[in-house]
Amino acid sequence: MLGDLWVLMVEQSWALALLKGSVVTIAIGLIGMALGFLVATPLAIMRWRKVVVVSQLVDGYSILVRGVPGLLVIYLLFFGSIEWVKAITAAFGYQDSADNAYPYIVGVVAIAVISCAYSIEVIRGALQAVPYGLLEAAQSLALPKGVTFMRVTFPLALRLALGGINNVWQMTIKDTSLVSVVGLQELMRTAAIGAGITRSPLLFYCIAAALFFCMTAVSQTAFSSAERALDRGFRGR
Amino acid sequence: MDLGIIAYAVPFLVIGAKTTLLIAVFGVGIGLPFGVAVGLARCSRSRALRRLCDAYCAIFRGTPMLVQVFVIYYGLAQVSFIRQNPVLWWMIGDGLNAAILAVVLNTGAYTAEIFRTAFLSLPKGLIEAAEACGMHPWHVFSRVKFPLAVRQALPAYSSEAAIIVKESSLASTITVLEITGYAKRLMSETFAIMDIFIITAAFYLTINVVVLTGLKLLERRLSFAR
Repeated sequence: MLGDLWVLMVEQSWALALLKGSVVTIAIGLIGMALGFLVATPLAIMRWRKVVVVSQLVDGYSILVRGVPGLLVIYLLFFGSIEWVKAITAAFGYQDSADNAYPYIVGVVAIAVISCAYSIEVIRGALQAVPYGLLEAAQSLALPKGVTFMRVTFPLALRLALGGINNVWQMTIKDTSLVSVVGLQELMRTAAIGAGITRSPLLFYCIAAALFFCMTAVSQTAFSSAERALDRGFRGR
Repeated sequence: MDLGIIAYAVPFLVIGAKTTLLIAVFGVGIGLPFGVAVGLARCSRSRALRRLCDAYCAIFRGTPMLVQVFVIYYGLAQVSFIRQNPVLWWMIGDGLNAAILAVVLNTGAYTAEIFRTAFLSLPKGLIEAAEACGMHPWHVFSRVKFPLAVRQALPAYSSEAAIIVKESSLASTITVLEITGYAKRLMSETFAIMDIFIITAAFYLTINVVVLTGLKLLERRLSFAR
């Protein structure tokens, strides 16, 4: 049994393939999450300021994406973009490189679109939870609006948002597994290929599960210590 | 939007919606009592039981549901003991049954977490009072702990119920044709990708609005301040 495992993992180098898949998973998760967060921040601020039309549109987007399964969003982006991506790349003569990079780009975009919708709600909630007295204090000091926002509101909101960001990140890293159904070579896809070739799905999917578990456990610990660090000076109130 | 596509797609999606609802109903119907039981076990006095249930929750909350679905459907089918046991084989041999099992196990872990925090937040005095009256442990649970905990847990549980509806879409990865499965097929058949997406999204949003409104009404009915 152990000998078989050794042959499978080391001599046929499936362990390396699975580790590579994990790196791709983490990369897609991180880039997608960062992209989603970058887009979500201005959208959430506009939603918080109740900018007309924009905030309704943001609300619509957020409700739509949070209301449908991630798999459906991924199908929309993949099937919906194949045609024009092919057309554009063919026009510029980058057909081959586009064929290779295409799943990664759309995968990252899909993850970003999903995580952005959840991030908007988290950031908006955090902005609304900043105590009004602090904003009034800043106003009474005659701080300009921009300074108030950058120095008072946003840092405080970021601290309040950390718990929510943790949830969104945990969800995002798990959602990356969905991108595998459209052929992106990340951890889940590598496990599926391994399961198919070696005919031992139980082993490969359990290893994939264990690797995902390690990722979520490590990031949970990191977020917990970040939360503790940001809670300095707030404890006991 | 082309009306012809709506007329073509909707009948398929209605069939798919039945499967989605079937999975969701089992997810809530079995997953809720199961989750409450696990949540209770995580507050129990037996350390072994607590450890076991903690581990179950950590594993199912820490891994993607797609992996869980694949382990159950493809992985467990490899074990000859399960293949030879008719009951177990019935549970995982069929795509739909495997999907329901995966949804129940997954939502059970999240529900357990919701109810564990609810049980922990109960005022200790009330439970001590019930025990001091000589109430049977089952009665302490059914008449004191559960009615109070369910009011705490209901807002969080409603979003879990909406998640169950969304997670049921993963059944489409193991050959079960529910809403997302039909949507994928329709997208590759008709190439009207945006149209199909909007119609499908409308199905999901409708189901979720109905579920959330129902639970909101229940929450209002159960709340003390009427």
